[in-house]
Amino acid sequence: MGRLNVDLCGVGLDNPVIPASGTFGYGHEFAEYYDIDCLGAFSFKGTTKEPRFGNPQPRIAECAGGMLNAVGLQNPGVDRVIAEELPRLAKVFHKPVMANVSGFSPEEYAYVCERLDKQPQVGWLEVNISCPNVHGGGMSFGTDPEAAAQVVRAVKAVTAKPVIVKLTPNVTDVVSVALACEAAGADGLSLINTLQAMRIDLGTKKPLLANVTGGLSGPAVFPVAVRMVYQVHEAVHIPLVGVGGVSSAEDVIEMMLAGAAAVEIGAANLTDPYACRDIIRDLPAVMDRYGIQNLRDIIGGAHG
Amino acid sequence: MEKGVFTITENVPVAAGVYRMVLAGDTSAVTAPGQFVDIRLPDLYLRRPISVCDAADGRLTLVYKTVGRGTERMADMGPGRELELLTGLGNGFSLDGCSGRPLLAGGGVGAAPLYLLAKRLVQRGVRPLAVLGFNGASDVFYADEFAALGADVTIATADGSRGVKGFVTDAMAGLSYSYVYACGPEPMLRAVWESSATDGQFSFEARMGCGFGACMGCTRQTVNGPRRVCKDGPVFLKGEIVWDG
Ligand SMILES: Cc1cc2nc3c(=O)[nH]c(=O)nc-3n(C[C@H](O)[C@H](O)[C@H](O)COP(=O)(O)OP(=O)(O)OC[C@H]3O[C@@H](n4cnc5c(N)ncnc54)[C@H](O)[C@@H]3O)c2cc1C
Ligand SMILES: Cc1cc2nc3c(=O)[nH]c(=O)nc-3n(C[C@H](O)[C@H](O)[C@H](O)COP(=O)(O)O)c2cc1C
Ligand code: FES
Repeated sequence: MGRLNVDLCGVGLDNPVIPASGTFGYGHEFAEYYDIDCLGAFSFKGTTKEPRFGNPQPRIAECAGGMLNAVGLQNPGVDRVIAEELPRLAKVFHKPVMANVSGFSPEEYAYVCERLDKQPQVGWLEVNISCPNVHGGGMSFGTDPEAAAQVVRAVKAVTAKPVIVKLTPNVTDVVSVALACEAAGADGLSLINTLQAMRIDLGTKKPLLANVTGGLSGPAVFPVAVRMVYQVHEAVHIPLVGVGGVSSAEDVIEMMLAGAAAVEIGAANLTDPYACRDIIRDLPAVMDRYGIQNLRDIIGGAHG
Repeated sequence: MEKGVFTITENVPVAAGVYRMVLAGDTSAVTAPGQFVDIRLPDLYLRRPISVCDAADGRLTLVYKTVGRGTERMADMGPGRELELLTGLGNGFSLDGCSGRPLLAGGGVGAAPLYLLAKRLVQRGVRPLAVLGFNGASDVFYADEFAALGADVTIATADGSRGVKGFVTDAMAGLSYSYVYACGPEPMLRAVWESSATDGQFSFEARMGCGFGACMGCTRQTVNGPRRVCKDGPVFLKGEIVWDG
């Protein structure tokens, strides 16, 4: 085993670096630029039952140390992902892929997961519970421990693959949602999704994003993500994937010390298409600098 | 797409608030007129997309207007300064399908990418018409450069301070042409799209997260379904375009 190898819910990874959902498409754009088999894995674009166009323009805004997006889960729908995207991906990526799933009711999550469960390429289902619960007043599933648990139970009933539940940071107590997901059978948790945010255009004096609000990500959210991973690691016994603002090999190590078994990288891929490749390349030298022999030995190392 | 470091060799005003920046570096990824580059700027998180105005032999020319923090920062940069660019982004204009006498319709700084297009057309023995619209005389740039290539240039200004008084479409009204290439603000593109009788290609802008097809930040609706301005565009065929999609 190499110095970078880690385990995520029983599936081995060559390294802990996983491009985050929504920032890596279904892989082929990046496969044009570098050999994406160097990645630990990657999480594909949030996939829903029906095709979705997403939100009107503009969908993107900038801020100090980060960006806001209101893409609105644009995707071709699970049937086309299976028929078109996964076969194309098989040509350029020869490792298990993380299937990111969104839905607007527990039944929709289960519908999508059941189909993706049958795909041999899929190593994990990453269930994004930041979506609004259309039959539950429109609140995000991820802000209510019971609604989150309902989604987890619905998904666990239809898949044998490890289920990683992706938590939203837009809550007062992330630990209670994490515990509810663990109790409902989640095999792992990834955190954090984007933070709800907005910008106003001084020229028009109106919200800059057509959707009014968007999700903040990038280096600005890194300390928030580290804090939440640390807190959840204290409480649960299932593996965590640390996400939010990771932009360097040092950030990967910091996230793992907080308690992450693997690390997802989102916005950094957008500002530099080679970010993940370069972070993987940089890891051994940064580990040497901090006297780290194997990454798998530092997970949760910051805890007392 | 290529990522590379370029060195500024020139950065001079060419009109009110409009600058020409010439950079030295590897331009081999630029394969078509109408493609763009994405520039990393100090302290700004997202790159700034700017069209290629000209590219040849390791010399890249951009023409940009100062509208905010990024472009203002660019205007302050002097020769010798290095910038990291993604180059060769977007589909660009296609020279195929254009027969006879094409008309290049540029709105404001949207004229910039039409320059390399004009150059390529002339290299093919096609002499385009160029109709370039601006707010006023102080905003006009590159009229002589287009003419020097051999294009037939008409200038329109909204305030009538130079050339035809009115919009690009007013100046186009009396001209005969067989194909349209347009770049400029969206209301101008729409006016050209509605008033031109011929086929054509239209270059769009969108706020971009990545510039190379990864984030779906720049998507527009088209008759063929959702398309990314940065990767499937920025140039779309007349028949593909949906307004207010
Ligand atoms: C494909 C393409 C080609 C372009 N070519 C040129 C060109 O040749 N010359 C030129 O002057 N301008 C061009 N633009 C517009 C240029 O990208 C914006 O003017 C510039 O990004 C503004 O940055 P700023 O920091 O000065 O403004 P700010 O308003 O401070 O920028 C804030 C954010 O909004 C984005 N943004 C603001 N305005 C635009 C816009 N009109 N289009 C896209 N993103 C925007 C910025 O990139 C940044 O992320 C092009 C845009 C696109 C999409
Ligand atoms: C453009 C964009 C699209 C995203 N789409 C999704 C998505 O479809 N599903 C999801 O679970 N997270 C999505 N995210 C959230 C990221 O996966 C990640 O959790 C978040 O951006 C924080 O990480 P970062 O700071 O490294 O970007 C998206 C983020 C961005 C920037
Ligand atoms: S800007 Fe990211 S897909 Fe176009």
